[in-house]
Amino acid sequence: MKITGAEILWKSLIREGVDVVFGYPGGAIMPVYDVMLDYPVYHVLARHEQGAAHMADGYARASNKVGVALATSGPGATNLVTGIATAKMDSSPIVCITGQVASHLLGKDAFQEVDVTGITLPITKHNFLITRADEVSQVVQKAFHIARSGRPGPVVIDFCKNAQIEKIDFEIDQAPEKLSLPGYRTPKHAPELDLRKAAALIAKAEQPVILAGQGALMSKATEVLDLFATKTQTPVAMTLLGLGGLPSSHHLSLGMMGMHGEAYCNQAIQQADLLLAFGMRFDDRVTGNLRTYAPRARKIHVDIDPTEMGKNVDVDLTLMGDLKTVLEDLLPLIGGNDHEPWLSKIDEWKKETSERNIISWQDDGKLHAAQVIHALWEITAGDAIVATGVGQHQMWAAQYYPVEKPYRLITSGGAGTMGFGLPAAIGAWFACRNQEVWLVDGDGSFQMTQAELTTAFQEGANVKVAIINNGFLGMVRQWQEFFFDKRYASTRITGPDFVKLADAHGIPAQRITDPGNVSSAIEFARQTPGPVVLDFVVEMEESVFPMVPTGASLDEMIRRPLRTQPEQV
Amino acid sequence: MQQILFALVENQPGVLNRVASLFSRRKFNIESLNVGRTERSDISRMTIVCDNKTADASTVEANLYKLVNVIDVQDLTNQPSVVRDLALIKVKASQEQRSEIANLAAIFRAKIVDVAPESVVVEITGTEDKIESLIELLRPIGIEELVRTGQVAMMRGSSDGLRHIPGANGKQLDLSEK
Repeated sequence: MKITGAEILWKSLIREGVDVVFGYPGGAIMPVYDVMLDYPVYHVLARHEQGAAHMADGYARASNKVGVALATSGPGATNLVTGIATAKMDSSPIVCITGQVASHLLGKDAFQEVDVTGITLPITKHNFLITRADEVSQVVQKAFHIARSGRPGPVVIDFCKNAQIEKIDFEIDQAPEKLSLPGYRTPKHAPELDLRKAAALIAKAEQPVILAGQGALMSKATEVLDLFATKTQTPVAMTLLGLGGLPSSHHLSLGMMGMHGEAYCNQAIQQADLLLAFGMRFDDRVTGNLRTYAPRARKIHVDIDPTEMGKNVDVDLTLMGDLKTVLEDLLPLIGGNDHEPWLSKIDEWKKETSERNIISWQDDGKLHAAQVIHALWEITAGDAIVATGVGQHQMWAAQYYPVEKPYRLITSGGAGTMGFGLPAAIGAWFACRNQEVWLVDGDGSFQMTQAELTTAFQEGANVKVAIINNGFLGMVRQWQEFFFDKRYASTRITGPDFVKLADAHGIPAQRITDPGNVSSAIEFARQTPGPVVLDFVVEMEESVFPMVPTGASLDEMIRRPLRTQPEQV
Repeated sequence: MQQILFALVENQPGVLNRVASLFSRRKFNIESLNVGRTERSDISRMTIVCDNKTADASTVEANLYKLVNVIDVQDLTNQPSVVRDLALIKVKASQEQRSEIANLAAIFRAKIVDVAPESVVVEITGTEDKIESLIELLRPIGIEELVRTGQVAMMRGSSDGLRHIPGANGKQLDLSEK
């Protein structure tokens, strides 16, 4: 039977297990939208293509499946770019399908023509241009395979309009077709000799630390990571995106490392004699000054991506492979250990940190962001999916909403994309509809993509929004305070009345200015179905501590002020 | 130090763009890049000459390996290999100068492939050093135009060049996921 390229697209997407897509229609993608009505796929209409890309990303991160975004040619496609770059930096598997002008018009500057494969080349794992209907099935299958395998990442399919409407004889084969990808290989096992060398280094270590990154989540290695850490009694520090790799309540968890990591975590890394980097890439935000980074430590780097080996930090041993497989191969080769002196040393540091912790402060009648997020954590029993924007609130969420399980913290790490939170939360809700989903956002980040509140309303997305509203672009303000003599250039930001904004949608909302009302507001949001907006008007000029200034050593942190009595920051 | 690598890539539109974009993004300094067909119509071969100051061969290889269309990468630096460059040199030549140029060309086993009233075109194939030497000798006579292919290289005998990333390329290890 003859069917169109657009129909083949939907058949191919359904074969990949797609049941929800996020997008925005337009001229060059209309044939795809037209036949969509005939297929069991739910379409979420974003208010901007960037939102659609972040939704697909949030969906992917919460479900560990591939998220799909759809857009038209030209501006539709270019609006996806920030979302694609965000997914690339955080290795998030999304497939973006863009309409394109008919292939005979390519290169002619036709209406809404943009060189999409050219523009997205450096920010995708791979991209495709489809000019004929008979390419569709293979390309979709390749795109999904590439997006989710190896080191995952975004893939763009640019789909010419003539190929969408071209009719060909086609019968979909439910079994995967044989893919011709001669240059695409995903390493699995590390060489045995390297495993033995690693085991020898691990056996000798007295002060080891595991650095777990997002690779632990992406390769589904969290259970074997727990086994490995427990068997060797090795404490585990996590990157922002690695949070959830080990439960935060685990006695070996050091929480988040890096610029805003807890002091004991960074101290442990600096004092370590062996660093086991598992699926992380030594980003500048986690190493501090590279010259003084973990000076005594031998370093073993396990990663699936060969370009990460030695890219930022010289390592003693590299194990290239899939983290889960490598750890499973490594487990039988290593003996148990208790590392008693090392763990008690870390416990001492932990005690000293908890004295400085803001959540142990007494109520001073003021609303502190950290306390709001801590209350949210307590009331939701730490079990919600939490999406964030980028900035102070993001770091506070990482610090004060410790996660127990993987795929629960949805946040833009590498790219640091403000405005990521709201659409990502909507995407996460579509992936996990029975989960409680919270957005912890800043007033600045929220305003970047607040149009998606309308999407949440239209979809009835059960996303609870907690705006940490300090009237500042707080992270930049904090840097201005510390490093630019408090010259607050363009960081004071006035928002709309967020309660009225919600009200304009018919979305229930509350403004909270009094610490006494935090819990009841959170309970109100939890008990109200559909989206709810809570506007927490917090102290304006609070900073995120601890903080490693750029260029400083990882253990040269600006610490939280040490005090038991509350006072004005 | 100069490094020579070659990459076998799928013969598809845009692959050269992907490689060039990668090099520019990673700030690899390329001295020359040559692309051409191979014994198989579906595979092209790129010869890449780059400096090891910006990136060593294993880094270049690892990055190329991440491109989906790149099938194999081998490092020929300091390996038993044949390396050749081809140059066409248009030299200003009056009638009297022609024999002088012909003599020089003969010494270098170069050929005069075009003669015009005011100039000749010399074709030379060889290693970079050899070509540089001829260019230096022709320069005082007056070079009007010069074009070079960039180096191409091939291993001698049946051995392969170096592969730095274990199992990343080639056939020696089966690491496919499925």
